Amino acid sequence: MTEPKRASPFRATMLRLLHHRLFMLGCVLFGLIVLLAILAPLIARVDPNKLSMRSKFRPPGTDFIFGTDNFGRSLWSRVVWGAQLSMFIGATVVAVNAVFGTAIGTVAGYFKPLDNGLMRINDALMAFPAVLLAIGVTAVLGPSVNDVIIALSIVYTPRTARIVRSSVIVLREMEYVQAARAAGAGHWRILRFHILPNAMAPLIVQLSFLFAYAVLTEATLSFLGVGAVPPTPTWGNIMAEGRQYMTDAPWIITIPGAALMITVLGLNLLGDGLRDVLDPRLRIQQ
Amino acid sequence: MGGILVRRLLGAIPILLLVSLITFGMIHMIPGDPAVAIAGMSATPEQIANIRRDLGLDQPLLRQLWDWYANLFRGDLGRSLLLGQPVVQATMLRLPVTLALSAYALLLTLLIGLVTGIVAALRQNTWIDQAAMVLAMIGISLPSFYLGLLMIIVFAVGLRLLPTGGYIALTEDPLGWLATSTMPAVSLALLLAGLLARITRSTMLEVLRQDYIRTARAKGLPGRTVVVKHALANALIPITTVVGIIVSLLISGSVVIETLFSIPGIGQLLTQAVLNRDYPMVQGGLLITTALLVLVNIGVDLCYAWLDPRVHYDGA
Repeated sequence: MTEPKRASPFRATMLRLLHHRLFMLGCVLFGLIVLLAILAPLIARVDPNKLSMRSKFRPPGTDFIFGTDNFGRSLWSRVVWGAQLSMFIGATVVAVNAVFGTAIGTVAGYFKPLDNGLMRINDALMAFPAVLLAIGVTAVLGPSVNDVIIALSIVYTPRTARIVRSSVIVLREMEYVQAARAAGAGHWRILRFHILPNAMAPLIVQLSFLFAYAVLTEATLSFLGVGAVPPTPTWGNIMAEGRQYMTDAPWIITIPGAALMITVLGLNLLGDGLRDVLDPRLRIQQ
Repeated sequence: MGGILVRRLLGAIPILLLVSLITFGMIHMIPGDPAVAIAGMSATPEQIANIRRDLGLDQPLLRQLWDWYANLFRGDLGRSLLLGQPVVQATMLRLPVTLALSAYALLLTLLIGLVTGIVAALRQNTWIDQAAMVLAMIGISLPSFYLGLLMIIVFAVGLRLLPTGGYIALTEDPLGWLATSTMPAVSLALLLAGLLARITRSTMLEVLRQDYIRTARAKGLPGRTVVVKHALANALIPITTVVGIIVSLLISGSVVIETLFSIPGIGQLLTQAVLNRDYPMVQGGLLITTALLVLVNIGVDLCYAWLDPRVHYDGA
């Protein structure tokens, strides 16, 4: 007699994600922006900083698909290269958070004597309003892409660490972890094989939302003039420059803003879908 | 209740000490010599030395730390380099503006968020529910400064209904305040209302499934009484905890919204301080705002304990 074939947990999860309509919509929206970012050198060949005073303030049309700005720069080029920068910053902040947030959260949650100290520092950093702390840190470090990444990592890593810690605290007391400990497994082995794999679901959900926060906060910083320095084409910079001309050339604001909104909407839908499938305890009631 | 207040205030002390330590450390995180960074490229050695002396940067680090806390306890956070006035005074002058705007935005958030969430829960799985949740999702995905810019383009530039920016104090002219604060408050509130609507809906659905709701319906109580007295009253308790987060997000959001609409609040003050390397102002503004938020969160916790008698903070 043959056993009926059962889908592996990974395959089952992927199938459930594929059938989650809003998750798929999120993937399409976010995928679109990622695609723009990757293909930037091919699809936006005009230098995003190339000035052309003869063609300034051209509305979106056949010559310039997204129009031009006050210096005659192609808005298509600027928005597409801006997408690349936003995706780079978002992905880097997510990577830093995944590494440091997991490390801090795991150590705090698993080693009780360290928990109190680490979490007090964490609480103090989380007490600051996020954008305020981010502008405070960029004020200190300086306005460049790298410094913005450091600022956003300082702001968001404590939030990730807290989520990992609360998973680890629950898992630490699980019977299978105690069984592993009784069988003589060391801390590293218990963490590596028994705790961390099971703490991944809430972390992945958090990271998808974090990507959205990072992109949004970066845009806010550059809109305020404390992010990457102009003429670097970031969506926030383009919108800040377009503010003066919003009566005559509103597209300088509406187009990068729409790109920003599509990214955040896509990531929010993606995060909701991941949460529904990976972490059903937190599911918004259907 | 008094016990909870004392315990929460005591619990806030280490957080506030760490917050002030972090703000103290910020100036020392500046790459290179902070005095040179503050003075700018064209400063003379004499000017740099003056700044170093004024900010106490010529003292040993431990001495600076001691002075920082000694001044802090006296309520002295130094002088703003840009405005020339004490940091505490400059912040306190701007605080009512930010508080009035935040209160207006909070009111809108609660009104829109709670109503949308409750209606969606009561009409679960109908088109009303779906439309409400689509709107909530768009709300949480719409960056507040983008929404602000779109509103300026439509309502100020296009229809000329509201001013593009500026501020009139509430005490001076209430109608003028309403005209200058409505677009900024809506920009801030829509994102948070979306967040609150989703949480309200899911909490209400959970409560509506409870046995006591079924009992209330079974004994023939009118639907409105069941919803308001039994469901809503219980759903509001967990929702209270979200208010602390909403206030924190409001303060964060007000930084960019105040700059966008030229509102002279703390957000604009801090942005100007950052752009002008006015570090004492950045440190002080950040510290005062964060301390206020810690107090707001204690207030929220107290409301929670008051609303829900089951909550006892046993040293936790």
